[in-house]
Amino acid sequence: MTDSITRETIDNDAIDPDFLDKIVEAGADRLRTCIQCGTCSSVCPSGRRTAFRTRELIRKALLGLKDEVLSSPDLWLCATCLTCLERCPRQIKVTDAIIIMRNMAVDEGFMLPQHRKASQKLIETGHAVPIDDANRAIRKDLGLQENPPTTHSNEKALKDVREIMKRTGFIELIKEEEEES
Amino acid sequence: MPNRFPNVEASIRLVLPKLGIELEDIDGASCCPAPGVIRSFDEPTWLALASRNLALAEMTGHDIITGCNGCYGTFKETLLEIHEHPERLKEVQEYFKGLGIKFQGKVDAKHLIEVINEIGIEKIKKTITRPLNGIRVGVHYGCHLLKPSKNRPWKQTQRHTFLDELVEITGASSIKYKDKFLCCGAGGGVRGSQVAVSVDIAKEKLDNMIEAGVDCIVDVCSFCHLQFESSQVQLNKELGEQKYQIPVLYFTQLLGLAMGLDPTNLGLEVHVINTQPLLDKILS
Repeated sequence: MTDSITRETIDNDAIDPDFLDKIVEAGADRLRTCIQCGTCSSVCPSGRRTAFRTRELIRKALLGLKDEVLSSPDLWLCATCLTCLERCPRQIKVTDAIIIMRNMAVDEGFMLPQHRKASQKLIETGHAVPIDDANRAIRKDLGLQENPPTTHSNEKALKDVREIMKRTGFIELIKEEEEES
Repeated sequence: MPNRFPNVEASIRLVLPKLGIELEDIDGASCCPAPGVIRSFDEPTWLALASRNLALAEMTGHDIITGCNGCYGTFKETLLEIHEHPERLKEVQEYFKGLGIKFQGKVDAKHLIEVINEIGIEKIKKTITRPLNGIRVGVHYGCHLLKPSKNRPWKQTQRHTFLDELVEITGASSIKYKDKFLCCGAGGGVRGSQVAVSVDIAKEKLDNMIEAGVDCIVDVCSFCHLQFESSQVQLNKELGEQKYQIPVLYFTQLLGLAMGLDPTNLGLEVHVINTQPLLDKILS
């Protein structure tokens, strides 16, 4: 017998029982205490103008809906303003939980092209937002060193920064993404 | 800051020595790296590069100072992480092996507004030679300067007033506006990948400030600064009119004006949103 109203059902296959444990282990330790009060959603600046609901994201994480959460573009609507983390009556580190899930998403190959680009710039120059000609000219006009005294004017520093990113696996992580796309 | 707002950097380098703060450049620093983006992609890389920047300061024997809320958040959260979890310090030390980077995590990280605030109102008042009486300022604190409040030095956890008080030393008035503590909308990779949402958040703040009748915005973060400067241009383009024309000043630019410094040297002539109407008001 079929219902006249279609129910949104959750398949058993969609539930990954380890997903929540992994988020908790990575630092969102009070996540299980969530009472779904919705304070997080109500203070969210992105939620004010989009369909992004922090509470829903947390609920899905609690249910272990790993694939749905990690592949969701909503995960990238958080501006990390930390208001939900401040206001949560259960003192859940909501923003930390979102960042942990984002790390998992990137590991699974879900990364937005603009974010990959920023990462490539970091690898190339040591800056996610590197200097450009216009700002070099402004620096000169203002009497500042044309290239700032950062990795932009220190080859050894840039080499070190790249070596660290190689050791953490970041260069490979970003490269993998390139190949997949 | 040095790559997008050299003008703000110029004002910092000019104003801080006048408050008795001597600045020393860290040679070879990298991106902090950004707490909302790089931390979101690969937290261990974020922790390692942030630790490297902190280590460079530690090796000079000085604390690190930043003029950006994003860098501030990255440094504060990195220090907390390695202090609470010593194994994370070992992890980054392992990444530094053979590179000549020594790091014990003993360095402290401060926002320049924190350092200015510590100097105290009375002392700063003495540097004011051109009071900005009658100037109406929309103060924007930004998020990572204040939160998470458990890892921040401020007296209050919400409804802060220290920046308003610092702004008012100049003689200007900090104007109340709706949702003053709302995010600028730039962080977390939202500006980079979901521009429409990001600009819409900025629009809400800008509309609230316009309604309150401000002469300028004052911020203390390079990313908030970029968001308010760029979003106004974008919104004007979309609207086909010039509704959004609020000059966006970094705190040291406002203070520099009140110290009687030349607007050109404070970088006020290379703003995206023309600062001339504000300067006319101040200099007339």
